[in-house]
Amino acid sequence: MDENRENRFIKYLRKDRLPHIFCAGCGNGIIMNTFFNGMEMAEMDFEKVVMVSGIGCSSRIPGYVKCDSLHTTHGRPISFATGIKLANPQNEVVVFTGDGDAAAIGGNHLIHGARRNINLTVICINNNIYGMTGGQISPTSPKGSFGSTAPYGALETPFDLSKLVKSAGATYVARWTTAQPVQLSNAIKKALKNRGFSFIEVISQCPTYFGRKNKMRSPIDMMKWMKEESVIKRRADKLSEEELEGKIIVGEFQNIKEPEFSEKICQLLESQCTTGKAMVTKSAYQGE
Amino acid sequence: MVDLMITIDEDLCKGCNICTEFCPRKVYQKSDVLNKKGVHVPGPENEDKCTKCQLCVMMCPDQAIKVDEKVDEKDED
Ligand SMILES: Cc1ncc(C[n+]2csc(CCOP(=O)(O)OP(=O)(O)O)c2C)c(N)n1
Ligand code: SF4
Ligand code: SF4
Ligand code: SF4
Ligand SMILES: [Mg+2]
Repeated sequence: MDENRENRFIKYLRKDRLPHIFCAGCGNGIIMNTFFNGMEMAEMDFEKVVMVSGIGCSSRIPGYVKCDSLHTTHGRPISFATGIKLANPQNEVVVFTGDGDAAAIGGNHLIHGARRNINLTVICINNNIYGMTGGQISPTSPKGSFGSTAPYGALETPFDLSKLVKSAGATYVARWTTAQPVQLSNAIKKALKNRGFSFIEVISQCPTYFGRKNKMRSPIDMMKWMKEESVIKRRADKLSEEELEGKIIVGEFQNIKEPEFSEKICQLLESQCTTGKAMVTKSAYQGE
Repeated sequence: MVDLMITIDEDLCKGCNICTEFCPRKVYQKSDVLNKKGVHVPGPENEDKCTKCQLCVMMCPDQAIKVDEKVDEKDED
């Protein structure tokens, strides 16, 4: 394609790997767009961005982006990201994770990252299902929804991930859907600017599994559903639990300032340093 | 005014028709012709109705669409 006629986000991508592997209409691609848009709005230096992910379809996003990245083990991206941030606090570390990756196998890492308020931006792509492995029910699958492990409908009560992460101590929390790309970009901008643990929950479509098993066969059906069922937080605050049944509450849930973990570690190192060269990672050869 | 220009990269488009559905001006039309990759790539049939709002660019999951940016008329000659 003639460079002048190229889409505006292609410059951030590894062109030789496109088209990406995602199914037609999968929300992952829209979230990539909103991330780059939010990054531009935050005037963030792309050279400093390090992307980290676990395992899942959503976790394949960093592999397509022309920046330093780490594709880690299932559920552990926040732990690896913590290491990357502490080794060099100049890094702008962004985690891409799925609902299975972040809330099932990785649930503990998620709450403890939030508790520490370490400066990471976690973008959790919540498609309410395990996409990569064939449509199993996840901790966020709505009660009654169908999956390959719930042929009679899910019996459990799902996690409200934004609420969970806010209670655990995150300083910026917002939820939007892929049908609201403008609001989502703006939330990503704020998350990137926040010096602390930021959590963006994106309700997204997996037409191949969630859609197909829940009578929304096309990505368009799924996006119409997300648009129609979304209720802005301000309005949701005035509604009863019954009225909110099946609704997707969108908006900003937390935006506060608290001391940040990597800064606290750096201050501690400086105050305890005996060599005159405070370093985050302690070298065995230091002082020789 | 410069000519409106909308391009869809046929090598990237997977034919999901999100652009066709969500463009507020209904600029795109579904296609019933398969391209060489076996995809029904929609066509920007009503380019003249486009307001260059860029929503389709944000919503295309495959980074396939380019819509020329708005040009400030004063800057043109
Ligand atoms: C330790 C371990 N357990 C299980 C798996 C199998 N596995 C791969 S991806 C996945 C779930 C992915 O779901 P999610 O994080 O929601 O990502 P999605 O594909 O929906 O984007 C599972 C269980 C694995 N790779 N490693
Ligand atoms: S299986 Fe679902 S989540 Fe995975 S790429 Fe396909 S649509 Fe996206
Ligand atoms: S820029 Fe806006 S009006 Fe033009 S084709 Fe895209 S969505 Fe439609
Ligand atoms: S949104 Fe993109 S991938 Fe989907 S049909 Fe339109 S141009 Fe093709
Ligand atoms: Mg998932």
